[in-house]
Amino acid sequence: MRNKVVMRLIGARIGANVLLLLAISLLVFLGTELLPGNVAEIVLGQGATLEAVAGLSAAMHLNQPAALRYLIWLGGLVSGNLGQSLVNGDSVAALIASRLPNSLLLAGLTALVSVPAALALGITAAIWRGTLYDRVVSVVTIASVSVPEFLVATLAVLIFAVRLHWLPALAYFDGTDSLSGLIRVFALPVATLSFAIVAQMARMTRAALVNTLESSYVEMAVLKGTPPARVVLWHALPNAVGPIANAIALSLSFLLGGIIIVETIFDYPGLARLMVDAVSTRDMPLIQACAMLFCTFYLLLVLFADIAAILSNPRLRLR
Amino acid sequence: MNEAAPATHRRVRLGVHLSLAGLFGTIVVGGWILVALAAPALAQHGEAQIVSGTVFGPMSRRFPLGTDYLGRDVLSLILYGARYTIGLALAATALAALCGITLGTLAAASGGAFDGVLSRSMDTLISLPGLMFALVMVAALGASVPVLVGTAAVIYTPGAFRIARSVAVDINAMEFVLVARARGEKTHTIMIEEILPNMVLPVLTDFGLRFVFIVLLLSSLSFLGLGIQPPAADWGSLVRENIQGLGYGAPAVIMPAVAIATLTIGVNLMIDGFGGRRRRLFADER
Repeated sequence: MRNKVVMRLIGARIGANVLLLLAISLLVFLGTELLPGNVAEIVLGQGATLEAVAGLSAAMHLNQPAALRYLIWLGGLVSGNLGQSLVNGDSVAALIASRLPNSLLLAGLTALVSVPAALALGITAAIWRGTLYDRVVSVVTIASVSVPEFLVATLAVLIFAVRLHWLPALAYFDGTDSLSGLIRVFALPVATLSFAIVAQMARMTRAALVNTLESSYVEMAVLKGTPPARVVLWHALPNAVGPIANAIALSLSFLLGGIIIVETIFDYPGLARLMVDAVSTRDMPLIQACAMLFCTFYLLLVLFADIAAILSNPRLRLR
Repeated sequence: MNEAAPATHRRVRLGVHLSLAGLFGTIVVGGWILVALAAPALAQHGEAQIVSGTVFGPMSRRFPLGTDYLGRDVLSLILYGARYTIGLALAATALAALCGITLGTLAAASGGAFDGVLSRSMDTLISLPGLMFALVMVAALGASVPVLVGTAAVIYTPGAFRIARSVAVDINAMEFVLVARARGEKTHTIMIEEILPNMVLPVLTDFGLRFVFIVLLLSSLSFLGLGIQPPAADWGSLVRENIQGLGYGAPAVIMPAVAIATLTIGVNLMIDGFGGRRRRLFADER
């Protein structure tokens, strides 16, 4: 009984996200349509014969109406047939497959580092709210959210790689490194990525907790003499789990912006750098596939955030 | 509490209760705007003028922030770069705010299907990761100034729309608007005469935050080499151009990035100083 309402809500969320993804795919496809000139001519270069252009146009379905091409492209996306890169003719699927694990590794390590750090910061700031500690955390987190990632990255490289020689400035790895070597390689990129995300997550965690702390049952606990730490951890935290899970998922979606900068500055062979390179060479099939992949990850994270909010709301869960 | 409830009808009181940090932020931001306006008068050297034989030179009396990868004066480059960084971001923010506020107030004032359709399409737009969308746009249309400003404006219109609409819906339900409606005023009169004047403060706060996001977006694009194109160079491009100097610890790579940080942190302090801290919570969607 009770699960029915929740399942229906979650089902509606998933459905809405699928529709959203479709709308995004349409936008991404229209982006390609804006490109002036015949793609087949661009691929073959200046010296192409008319026959070659006509042949390639037919092979790429360029003679078909745009709506049909969109459907063909969409079908290819779903079935994993992503077409060929315009620059070197490699299969887009193979290019992405070679880079995706690297990006997932970087993102996973960042999540592993930033979630505990952010929770610790946010919860302690909520326990000692109004104190100097809380003020300092608040100012530092606002500052780190409003600073560009490349400033954090360049300062980190300057201090730890150039001045102190502790860590390498580039995140180049060939997979055979030892554990200590791996840590050395990943320390700077992960730290840079975590910087803004931890700040964002800590602020949202604190806000969620403080919101709960203002309710009257918490006031009751305070009045009967419960120590502050116990009030926060025992009374308030369980009721703030939903908003906090929501905050974590939303903050992790900011990874998408950061990873583009971090992979570029540390010369890390990941998916985001593949996409940046593709943009500078206007390699549209590759850009489309990367953009769709990134948007899917993004929507998944937002979906997790929504589901966490639904599951943690007792009014919905226990109806 | 007053800040959390924009529904209260209140007059605009700017400049009252300005904290020390807020004052500091205002001075920093005001200073940068002056710099952007007066760059040619302030800069000692031209934008493209190679003035030193040393590349990636250190800070010195002659070149206060060192020299860049071609031997140009970094301070002068930063002064000129302020025009692009601040100018483009201001233009994009103004465009986003104009579209967002107009559509948001219109949606709130008309309600019904118009409101529904507009809100849903803005929700779609807001769920695109910003930098990703910008990359696709730049790939398709090239990195010209109108494309950059337009893209940034499109990315940040939905956020401005959301804030404007939610504030306007609150005001729309208040008695003086009902009275105006009962008087038989037209929708656009109600929008301009009754609703807009009462949403100035929340909208200004939002304008500041959006400006920060747009500065970060545009400089990130420039840093990737996909933003404003040479010979024009904003602060993000200066970091990119001088990235090789990082190995020598050259101020040429650090200082432009620090300039961005002072601007964005300054705007944030200014907003907090004007009492926008509470409202910031629901504007966090970078």
